[in-house]
Amino acid sequence: MSAMDSNNTHSEHEVQILHSAHDHSHGHDHAHDHDEEHEHHDTFITKYIFTQDHKMIAKQFLLTAVLMGVIAMLMSVVFRLQLAWPGKSFPILEPILGKWAPGGVLDPNFYLALVTIHGTIMVFFVLTGGLSGTFSNLLIPLQIGARDMASGFLNMLSFWFFAASSIVMLFSVTIESGPASGGWTIYPPLSALEQAMPGSGLGMTLWLVSMSLFIVSSLLGSLNYIVTIINLRTKGMSMTRLPLTIWAFLVTAMLGVLSFPVLFAAVLLLIFDRSFGTSFYLSDIYIGGQALEHNGGSPILYEHLFWFLGHPEVYIVLLPALGITSEVIATNARKPIFGYRAMIASILGIAFLSFIVWGHHMFITGMNPFLGSVFVFTTLLIAIPSAVKAFNYITTLWKGNLQFTPAMLFAIGLVSFFITGGVTGLILGDSALDINLHDTYFVVAHFHLVMGSAAIFGMFAGVYHWFPKMFGRLMNKKLGFAHFWLTFAGAYGVFFPMHFLGLAGVPRRYYTFTEFPIFNDLVDINVLITWFAIISAVSQIIFLFNFFFSIFRGQRSSQNPWKSNTLEWTTPVEHIHGNWPGEIPEVHRWAYDYSKPDREEDFVSQITPLTEKEIVEGAH
Amino acid sequence: MAQATLDIPANKIWGGGTSPFGASYGKLMMWFFLLSDAFTFSTLLVALGYARHVHADSWPLVEKVFHHFPFTHAHLPLLYVGLMTFILIISSVTMVLAVDAGHTNNKKGVLFWLGLTVVGGIVFLGSQAWEWYTFIVGGDGVMKSILVDGQVKEVLVQGANLQNNEYGHTLFANFFFFITGFHGFHVFSGVVINAIVLYQASQGIYEKRGHYEMVEKAGLYWHFVDLVWVFVFTFFYLL
Repeated sequence: MSAMDSNNTHSEHEVQILHSAHDHSHGHDHAHDHDEEHEHHDTFITKYIFTQDHKMIAKQFLLTAVLMGVIAMLMSVVFRLQLAWPGKSFPILEPILGKWAPGGVLDPNFYLALVTIHGTIMVFFVLTGGLSGTFSNLLIPLQIGARDMASGFLNMLSFWFFAASSIVMLFSVTIESGPASGGWTIYPPLSALEQAMPGSGLGMTLWLVSMSLFIVSSLLGSLNYIVTIINLRTKGMSMTRLPLTIWAFLVTAMLGVLSFPVLFAAVLLLIFDRSFGTSFYLSDIYIGGQALEHNGGSPILYEHLFWFLGHPEVYIVLLPALGITSEVIATNARKPIFGYRAMIASILGIAFLSFIVWGHHMFITGMNPFLGSVFVFTTLLIAIPSAVKAFNYITTLWKGNLQFTPAMLFAIGLVSFFITGGVTGLILGDSALDINLHDTYFVVAHFHLVMGSAAIFGMFAGVYHWFPKMFGRLMNKKLGFAHFWLTFAGAYGVFFPMHFLGLAGVPRRYYTFTEFPIFNDLVDINVLITWFAIISAVSQIIFLFNFFFSIFRGQRSSQNPWKSNTLEWTTPVEHIHGNWPGEIPEVHRWAYDYSKPDREEDFVSQITPLTEKEIVEGAH
Repeated sequence: MAQATLDIPANKIWGGGTSPFGASYGKLMMWFFLLSDAFTFSTLLVALGYARHVHADSWPLVEKVFHHFPFTHAHLPLLYVGLMTFILIISSVTMVLAVDAGHTNNKKGVLFWLGLTVVGGIVFLGSQAWEWYTFIVGGDGVMKSILVDGQVKEVLVQGANLQNNEYGHTLFANFFFFITGFHGFHVFSGVVINAIVLYQASQGIYEKRGHYEMVEKAGLYWHFVDLVWVFVFTFFYLL
């Protein structure tokens, strides 16, 4: 903590508090912000724990996400061991997992639990809460020129709901009957009937409690992000001057506000089925030698409701990563982003389409083939805005003065995964081809590349790029390169071979394939995948070391280490309340004036007024 | 160095430095929250529509279920729920008048009309309790073959619970309890919010603040709850 302390010394700066963020509810009044300047002293608790400062909340989100990510990654290594060497004893597992690995062999029920919790943590806690929570909080006020979020208090609540939800989820892993095991999509009846499997009891209840807390956190955060972007932009920061990161965060928050309530309603109905004997999702069930009273409900109804959230959720995960990539690629290619408005349009297009494609997760539920073909059509339409984004990244890179920082490499890695994973999406989005591939490793490979790896690479890009803004120091570049190449090779090594498993018909979520002679020839592929998974996991140690070491001992950063145009680099390196020591800067141009001719430097900050020549030429 | 600033024209409301909607962040947050909540209710109503469609043959005629009225045994289909709806809509009118009084910093007006709104909400909740009570107790009952301890038996089913009901399909009562209950919970929280705002207004907190925006925000929520009831009423009772 000592380095953090020195990052926040208040002695040199007059510290301002943004009263408008707390109780001043009549719009945004710049003059008012400067009325009350005084020294502001935080206690340890108000500074690090129950803080209302968006920069500290961003760090809290990031650290929680790193912790959750490490746990979920270790889980994946454990179940990968079972998949590669089924039934083999790994003595190291017994002391860690106890009764779930008797004699070092992973218990089948716990295998299902690990798969479920790995998916839940990665999708919701790392890539939704972690990614959006970290970078929306850090960048929205800094990049739009606001002193803090609209409501610092709700922002604090958002983090603490997230933390509570994380704790409940982790706690559920430790209970005697084991955590939820029905897959991260928790389809009923498996999730609705306690007698269905060990994880359907208390573990499932805790999963639902954790998820309800998570939805509250997400709602509070999203409402804050939206109104902050709409209301608190500084003078001159029109919507078409916003960095693309902010556009991505805005649309992500809107997706969250519109899709999570549907999951909330679906989960409430499930809770009633589980605990109060209603029949919303249940009908005609004979289990454990007993017929159940439940009558008339439909598990397919749950699938519809779940995927109405589930598909926008994919873009809640991906859009922030795409926004970060836009910013990192433009900065490090020293070129304006190609097709700024097309990028905005494609974000909006993806967001709109994401609400009308959920049926492509359900092609084989007995859906009317005509309805299926409608979903095929809307699904394949997403290829258009996605391709706009991919081509715009490539054209931004084209003939750029590329600066290969670790952030840049991860951003380019994202583009690679986005394309590779996106192409297989075309196959899965086709209702006829999907019959063969549904619930196989092809699907696992597809989404791990296009939303898993791509989004986590976007997150890494963001961490490397904005680390100086968060901690005032730089991360080590060489370790960053090593981390990138090992992770990049590892991710492709894990997920590329999975396509072939899927094409051969290997179903996902199975504990072992030894009972199916047809898959005997594919065992070696699973061994290969597991080795790559271990390599990727081990290489994250490089990142963790680099991250934590640099927080305390990293090279001190200059104010604008990447020579970037956006507003966050006009704030002092040392964090202060209210972000800017003097007046809030006024914005005069868009965020992407890189390598302009007639300029001494190859970047022009957004606060630089337009020249007369630029005005004549119609600059914006 | 010859430089000029290209100022965004003052009429360009999305140019930053001001709220494009001319609303405070708190009011905008409330609007977006209501949008979110609207999706929750839509989900429930869509699920209801699905169940009704699938079980059209065993779905009861709603006016044959809800025909009771307090203090009389007359057959008055949907009259009581119509009265409840009317009371809730009237409470929206009083809320409008409270907000309007707030605009002119008329403390007495706010207290009077907001007080009436709270009363309207409580009357609605009481009516709903009576409606639930009547529904649960039921009438003469019907013989139904249902599953008891793994055996199918012919049993007299009276009134309604979450497993069985005398009116029709199980899901009918399931959705009745869930949707009206979920809405009732919203009304209850609305009454609590209104009561808190009423208390704060009576203590002169808004007077000191110089504006009654809190009443407006509570009003937005209250109108939303009323509007949702109109849809619940339409889709559950009328269609």
